[in-house]
Amino acid sequence: MRHGKYPFILAFLLPPVGIYAIYMLSPYIQAIYISLTDWSGFTSTQTFIGFDNYVTMWHDDQLRTALRNNVIMVIVVPILTLLLGLFFASMLNVGGRGRGGVVSGVRGSSIYKVVYFFPQVLSVVVIGIVFKYVFAPENAGGILNRVLSAVGLGGLQQLWLAEPNYLIWIVVLVMTWSFVGFYVVLFSAAMQSIPRDIYEAALLDGSSRLTTFRRITVPLVWDTVQVGWVYMAIQAMDGFATVHIMLGINGGVQGAGDVLGTAMYREAFAEADFGYAAAIGVLMLGLTMVVAIAFMRGLRRERVELA
Amino acid sequence: MSSSIERTPAPAGTDRRTFLQRVALTGVALGPGGAFLASCATGGDDDDDGDGATQAPSGDVSEDNPLGIPTDQPLQIYIFDGGFGDEYATELHEPMFNERWPDIEIQHTAAVDIGAELQPRFVAGDPPDFVNNSGDGQMDTATLVADGLLYDLTPLFDAPSWDDPDVTVRDSLLPGTIERGTFNGTPYVLNYAFTVFGLWFNQTLMDENGWPVPTTWQEMMDVCADIAATGIAPWVYQGVTAPRYMNWPLLSMATKLAGPEILVPLDNLEPGAWGHEAIRESAAAIRQLAENSYFLPGVEGMEFRDAQGLWARGEAVFCPSGSWLENEEADAIAENPTFQMAMMPDPLLSPDSVMPLETVRATAGEPYIIPADAANPLAAMEYMRVMLSLEGARGFSERVTSLTSVAGASDGVQIDAPGLASAQAALQAAGDNVINWFYPNWYPTMENPGIDQITGALLRAEITVDQWVEQCEAVATTIRDDDSIVKQTRES
Repeated sequence: MRHGKYPFILAFLLPPVGIYAIYMLSPYIQAIYISLTDWSGFTSTQTFIGFDNYVTMWHDDQLRTALRNNVIMVIVVPILTLLLGLFFASMLNVGGRGRGGVVSGVRGSSIYKVVYFFPQVLSVVVIGIVFKYVFAPENAGGILNRVLSAVGLGGLQQLWLAEPNYLIWIVVLVMTWSFVGFYVVLFSAAMQSIPRDIYEAALLDGSSRLTTFRRITVPLVWDTVQVGWVYMAIQAMDGFATVHIMLGINGGVQGAGDVLGTAMYREAFAEADFGYAAAIGVLMLGLTMVVAIAFMRGLRRERVELA
Repeated sequence: MSSSIERTPAPAGTDRRTFLQRVALTGVALGPGGAFLASCATGGDDDDDGDGATQAPSGDVSEDNPLGIPTDQPLQIYIFDGGFGDEYATELHEPMFNERWPDIEIQHTAAVDIGAELQPRFVAGDPPDFVNNSGDGQMDTATLVADGLLYDLTPLFDAPSWDDPDVTVRDSLLPGTIERGTFNGTPYVLNYAFTVFGLWFNQTLMDENGWPVPTTWQEMMDVCADIAATGIAPWVYQGVTAPRYMNWPLLSMATKLAGPEILVPLDNLEPGAWGHEAIRESAAAIRQLAENSYFLPGVEGMEFRDAQGLWARGEAVFCPSGSWLENEEADAIAENPTFQMAMMPDPLLSPDSVMPLETVRATAGEPYIIPADAANPLAAMEYMRVMLSLEGARGFSERVTSLTSVAGASDGVQIDAPGLASAQAALQAAGDNVINWFYPNWYPTMENPGIDQITGALLRAEITVDQWVEQCEAVATTIRDDDSIVKQTRES
């Protein structure tokens, strides 16, 4: 059997690798080729124009805004989501102070678990439309402004979506809100697998909740955090659906909420410039890979063996 | 207890790194094959020479068949299933066509996202014969023209009309219809519906309060002051979505003041066109609305449908739009049976304006195209001839509550919708004083996001009129200097 190992493995590998090549590698290569043409998306042939699209991209101010927004999102959304996710998960699983020394979540944690997961079962479209009305003016049904005036903070009312400086932060907020639930569940699962006796020992030693969180919970779920971090950074590179639905195809007032995904869509489908759109796509591909590698390298730590 | 937390040891012999190395090697090994695969979406065959006319099937030209269409070839039709639906095609135009040509089989398709369905077929060189290129998925006409993908419609417009062999199709249309679909001298697009633009107002509120319909800008400001005093907002516009709607009264008022010549340099992207004194004066007038807080509070942060809905519910009096507004806000309008809307021409900036008050901006819209690679373009043109018949146009108006670009087609039609009836009356009152400008169709990105965003800032009174002119000029310059955009010009 030993000598037949490689043909055997190859026979099993060929179909998945073939599918991967056709549906993953080939589109990448085609996109890179299209980015070197001035293809409108309608013709059967393309004109090769070398790196002109990339030169245009370098001088494109709107694309710079989009890139800046993506950088903000890649940095802020994962940090916010991870902090909130870890905090909520630890409160749900090990944060309770307890009845007879049993390590458990805070009271009502089984309800919170379900509530936190709600955003995850809503489609991005629903979330986008709902939040558009959260931030709408008061007379057009804006929930936030109504709440502000109801609690006597009417002075803080803003026309949120008309103020260029707020746009990207609104997107960050909405994305964080929609991501947190998933990570609470992910981290909860990881925390469930931490031996309870470790917590009991820490309790006996008089460790505070914060210390327990920092010294025990976080190191023991670090693997999961790392996976979540990379995954989320890639999600945050995108942000297309949220921005497109909440702010529209031009990225909101003065294009201030633009992201690369929206810019790419706009170039391809509104301005019929598939070549330039593909160039933006290649830029996104490069950035996503850089971000993924950087995050994986930067977060590598010694593994803790539990058993 | 500890058994439940034991982790499965990693399989011996592989770890993540060696696995990734193998995957990478496989990828490299497949590299040449991948490049081969790359040809599938982009490297289509080049056998089409873009000259569909010579290969198009044809029949004998006769009095009954002026276009010489083949009488037995199928005809593929794509209709945008949006605000107009597609019943006007299936229940009216297609039966009319088949009555004359029973052996031509019509293959009808209704599509919501025209671009998504047809773009791959254009790439493959196998588009349908007739396309209603409209809606959110509309394919950019200027690009289709530049790529040589559209069929020249000159034979259609030169052919005798359906109803009267002595009148050509060209002469049976309202002025400006063909120009609207003409790119550098060649007509490529048939624009069928006719839209009238103006200020739409809440007739009920005006009547109840005895406010007069303003004819000059001074009267407009007086009425606005009266309206504002009652706590109702005088104006709305399309909020954060489309502040460019305010360009319409802005440019219309400027044109009435100084004459239609001022629009030609705008369309031709001539330097300084936006700095014309009349345009400045009009922009300053529009800015006064913001300075006096005559806009609905919060409108600058609203979706356009929310803003228009509040207008239809009586929270504001004036709203700039086209004659589709009545259909668009039908739900909000239906809530209040006493609500009456009407259209007025944009007021005059000065009593000694060049053009009369009755001047309106009106234009043919709702584009229909025939692809250059269509299998049966002549029959598709014949189908357009059916649409442009008096019966076809009148039936369209009755079914979808819209005017058409066929002259006189809506004359006998009793229009029940009060808004559209007032638009029709305004169009008739205007006579030959119908204006339009073309740059938003020739250069869509110049209008949106370009001038759209600049006008948005003007309406928030964040910029002065001088800054507005300067920034509009900058947008025009960007378009002018972009060699990848095919330029259009017009003489008058």
